[in-house]
Amino acid sequence: MTPLLELRNVSKHFGHAYALEGVNMSIRPGEVLSLLGDNGAGKSTLVKVVAGVHQPDEGEVYVRGERVSHWNPAKAREQRIETVFQDKALAAQQPVTSNVFLGREITNRFGFVKHRAQRQEADRLMRGMRFTSKVLSPDSPVQHLSGGEREGVAIARAVHFNADLIVLDEPTTALSLRQAQEVLDFVRRVRDDGTSVLFISHNMFHAHEVADRIVILDRGRVGMEADQATMSATELIELMQSTARGDAHA
Amino acid sequence: MALQASQPTERQEVPEEGASSPPRWRVQVDRHRAFLSSLVFFVVMLLAFMITSPAVFLSTGIYLSVFASSLPLVLIVAVPLVFVFVSGEIDVSFPSVVGIAAYAFAASYAQGLDPFAATLFAIVVGAFVGFINGCIVTYVGLPSLVVTLGMLFLLRGLVQVLSDGEATSLIGLHDTLFEQIFMAKWAWLPAPMAWATLLAVLGLALFSAHKFGAHVRAIGDNSAAANQMGIKVRRTRVLAFVYVGAAGGVAGVLAVTINSTFYPTTGDGLLLLVLAAVFVGGTPVWGGTGTVAGAIVGAATVGFIETGIISAGLTGNYTQLFYGLVILLSLVGHRISNKSALTR
Repeated sequence: MTPLLELRNVSKHFGHAYALEGVNMSIRPGEVLSLLGDNGAGKSTLVKVVAGVHQPDEGEVYVRGERVSHWNPAKAREQRIETVFQDKALAAQQPVTSNVFLGREITNRFGFVKHRAQRQEADRLMRGMRFTSKVLSPDSPVQHLSGGEREGVAIARAVHFNADLIVLDEPTTALSLRQAQEVLDFVRRVRDDGTSVLFISHNMFHAHEVADRIVILDRGRVGMEADQATMSATELIELMQSTARGDAHA
Repeated sequence: MALQASQPTERQEVPEEGASSPPRWRVQVDRHRAFLSSLVFFVVMLLAFMITSPAVFLSTGIYLSVFASSLPLVLIVAVPLVFVFVSGEIDVSFPSVVGIAAYAFAASYAQGLDPFAATLFAIVVGAFVGFINGCIVTYVGLPSLVVTLGMLFLLRGLVQVLSDGEATSLIGLHDTLFEQIFMAKWAWLPAPMAWATLLAVLGLALFSAHKFGAHVRAIGDNSAAANQMGIKVRRTRVLAFVYVGAAGGVAGVLAVTINSTFYPTTGDGLLLLVLAAVFVGGTPVWGGTGTVAGAIVGAATVGFIETGIISAGLTGNYTQLFYGLVILLSLVGHRISNKSALTR
C-alpha cells in the first residue's frame, strides 16, 4: 500500500546541531502512528516538517507516493494534512461553531456567513465524534469546555476540512486522566472513519493505547519502529529506557 | 473515596446522567447578555425620567429633539468603534477625525466643490486617517491608545491651523437637493438620524453576519490562533480603524450640516459621549467580545441623559457628573452580570 506520507532520509539542523538526522518514516492511510521520544528527541521539529512549517535541509517528502517540493504550510493543507499544535489555535470566547470555521467561514459571495449551515455542520461533527457532555452545544463558548473537549474541537476542525492526515502535537499533555481518555476516544473515532493520525506524545501509555504503529525518536534519529500489537506498554517502556541509554543503535 | 469527594471537581468534568442541554431561551439570553443588560438599563433610566418629568418625557417632542441633537453623530461613530474595541484595540482620535473631515467638507465646498463630492472627500480624508492609525498600530507596533491620542491632538491642531481658528458658514446649502438628503426631515425623522440608523443597521450586519465581524472577534480573542488559521490579522485590524475613520468622515459632514456652520471645535464634544455609548452598551475593553446592538442602545442612553437631566430641573452643570456616574455604574453592572454568567 502506498504510504499517505513518507519522509525519506530527512535531516534538519539548526546551526551545527542536528534536530533530525536521516529520518525515514511513513504513515499509512487510516492508521494511528504514535511518535514517541524524550524531550529534545526531535518530535517538535518533525511535526513542523510534516506541517510544512520547516523545510527539510536534506531528504525528501512524499505524499501519496509523489515527491513534493517547496513544502510549506499551505501545500500541506492542500494535501489534506492538518496539524493541531499544542496551543490548538482556538479563540476561547467564541462558540464552538466559530472555532471550527475560524478563518474559513462558509459565506455567500458577499462574505456574509451562513450561520445555519455552519451550526448544522458543527453539530454533526460533534455528534460524529461523540462529545459526551450533554450541556455542550455548538453555541457554547470554547472557554466553557474541558481541555479534552477543546482538543476535540480542534480535531473536528481538521475533520471538517477533509483531512487525510491529522497531526496531533502533544494532545494529552496537561490533561487529567479522564480528559486524556476523551482525546484518545476522539482519535479512535477519527481513525475509524479512515483518517490517519500522527500522534505525538511523551506519555507512553497514551501513545501505546491509541497506536497501530509506534515510532520512537531518539536524538534526531528513528530509534525503533514496531507494530503496536507486537509489544505491551511495559515492553515499550523498557525499550524506551534502553533507547534513551543508547543501547538500541550502539 | 473520602479523599476524592473532598477534592474540587471541574465543572464540565463529570456530565451528570440525564442532564439536558439548557433551554434555548437561556442560551439566547446568555449570548446577548451584554445587550440585554444595557437595554434594561436604558428602559429603567427612561422610566425614571418619565416619572420625574412626565410632562416632558410623555410627549413625542422630546424624542424628536434628541434625534436631532448629537445622538446621530454618537451613533455613527460608536458602532464602528465597537469593531476596534473587539479587535483588541482602542481609538480615541475620532473627535478630531470628525473635526478634520468637517473642515475638509466645509473648505472644499467653500472652494466651489459640489457638496456631494465634498462629502465623499471628507469620508476619504477620515478613512485615510483611520488607515494611518491602523498602520502605525499594526505595522510599527505601537499601543493604539497612545497612537490615537497623538492623532487626536495632531488633527485638532491641524484643523486650527488650516481654518485659522475661524468658523465657516454654509448658508449656501439652503434649498438644495443636498439639504433635502442630509439636513431636512424624512417624513418626521431628521435626516441625520435616518442616515445614522441606516449605518447602524449596516454595522449590525457586518458585525454579526459578515465574516469581517467574525474575523475581528477572532483577532481580539486570540490573534495568534487567528493568524494560524489564515486570517489576515493586520489587514483586518487596519480595516477596523479605516471603518472608524470613514464613519468619522460621515459624522463630520453631518456635524457641519446640522448647524449649517463649520466650527474649528467640531467633534470635540464627542469623545466622552461615544466612549460612554460603547461602554454603557456592554463592550468590554479586553477584546474578543462586544455588541453593536448594545452600543446602539448605549448611544440612545447617552443621548437621553442630557435632556433628562435638564428637564428634571437640574442645570447643564450636572451632565458630566451623570455621564461619569453612568459609565462607572454600567461597567460595574456588566462586570457583575458577566461573572454570574460564567460561574453559573
